[in-house]
Amino acid sequence: MYSEKHLYSKEHEWIEVDGDTAKIGITHHAQEQLGDIVYVDLPELDSEFVAGDEFGSVESVKAVAEVFMPVDGEILAVNEQLEETPETVNQDPHAGGWLVKVKLTNTAQLEGLMSHADYAKFVSEESN
Amino acid sequence: MAETDQTLKKTPLAEAHQQLGGKMVPFGGWFMPVQYSGLVDEHTTVRTKVGLFDVSHMGEVRIQGEDALAFTNYLTVNNVTKLEDDQAHYSAFCTPEGTVVDDLLVYREAADNFLLVINAANIEKDVAWIRKNQGNFKVTITNESDDTAQIAIQGPLAQGILQRVCDADLSEMKYYWFKRCKVGPVSALVSRTGYTGEDGFECYVAAADAVAVWRLLLETGAEEGIKPAGLGARDSLRLEARMHLYGNDMDETTTVLEAGLGWIVKTKNTDDFIGKAAIVAQKKAGVERKLVGFRLLGRGIARPDCAVIEDGIAVGRVTSGTQGPTLKQSIGMAYVPTHLSRPGTTLQIQIRNKLVDAEVVKGPFYKRA
Repeated sequence: MYSEKHLYSKEHEWIEVDGDTAKIGITHHAQEQLGDIVYVDLPELDSEFVAGDEFGSVESVKAVAEVFMPVDGEILAVNEQLEETPETVNQDPHAGGWLVKVKLTNTAQLEGLMSHADYAKFVSEESN
Repeated sequence: MAETDQTLKKTPLAEAHQQLGGKMVPFGGWFMPVQYSGLVDEHTTVRTKVGLFDVSHMGEVRIQGEDALAFTNYLTVNNVTKLEDDQAHYSAFCTPEGTVVDDLLVYREAADNFLLVINAANIEKDVAWIRKNQGNFKVTITNESDDTAQIAIQGPLAQGILQRVCDADLSEMKYYWFKRCKVGPVSALVSRTGYTGEDGFECYVAAADAVAVWRLLLETGAEEGIKPAGLGARDSLRLEARMHLYGNDMDETTTVLEAGLGWIVKTKNTDDFIGKAAIVAQKKAGVERKLVGFRLLGRGIARPDCAVIEDGIAVGRVTSGTQGPTLKQSIGMAYVPTHLSRPGTTLQIQIRNKLVDAEVVKGPFYKRA
């Protein structure tokens, strides 16, 4: 369920690193908790964030969840398809439902994130 | 979520919900299903076919005795003398100041026997309110909430499915009328009422019979695709139909007139009722703020407690808001100063760090064809 390619944050974001860029999304667990996603709010291109910053929000009919940067980064691209089809975040959270692509400005921070195995354990502990 | 199980009240259907994969959450002190297959799927199923809701958390209070009619008329703002046997109406309890203690349905079973259906979170408060105001009225007041389950079958296919297991002629039953009848082998009170904007029925049965009726209706409607629906869909359905939710859209800090419920208040040619003098005065003077419906013109969803901004100042607040699954529009309700309440007015709503335009709209957002 949780891809080995990804690293994970305690706020239920995943990050897929490719050199000095990375895609970021919310995890299967996060989308499941939210339910039917009907609106995704994403940042402006070129905006800069530090780890822990809120960079957007994902909303279901019932609730809103802020999404946080797992690492420092500068926005290179946002997933524009989500404006028309926000439900992709439910259907394909770890691939087609990516939120933003960033330029990593502090790769050392990746070491503070969880592996897929650690994240799966984290989720099961959190829900107990 | 672990603490929920112990302290929350459960309906007789709690186990059935869990067996059906309902996602259970705390709601107003109750352990209730927020969704099963998914909110949007359940919402759409109710609009296009039929959905089944457990609303057993709602409260039921019976008023009986020779003064039952007069007392119910004194307690509530609508004109109870207009009800015939087997007829119901929407009403409210108000404070002497005209603010809303609760909204409710009043069922007249007989001139000396009324059933009041009240909100789950207000049962204790309302029962205390009713008793406190009994005065010299010759009535007995019975809180039947724990012994009563309520199952709502809602959607365009509701009548056809319920009719197969119900011995009352539902085609004869008009909106807001009811019958004592059988659902399967079970004694029930069935009314043509609901909280979804669709045609449908609400079935009141003994708590001990709830599981049997729930299963019977799911089986009977299986071929038509009946689905259990949770509180999430109930909320998005009622908001599209622009029905009020107590605690969000009105409470004891808002008057019944500000809440836009003037249509249920009957002040002409009626006996005295609690709040009447204040409401008459407020009607004459006009209200300073009103609950309006709005649709968002920009992107986003306005949630309860988002501020309505005029010239940089917060002048109102959102009370309900969602993305309407049928309308595919971001809608809501808000209290605004009266000068901003005219349909067509553009409002500015603060959604986190953004100001988003919204248009005041009249009437229900969704109306069935």
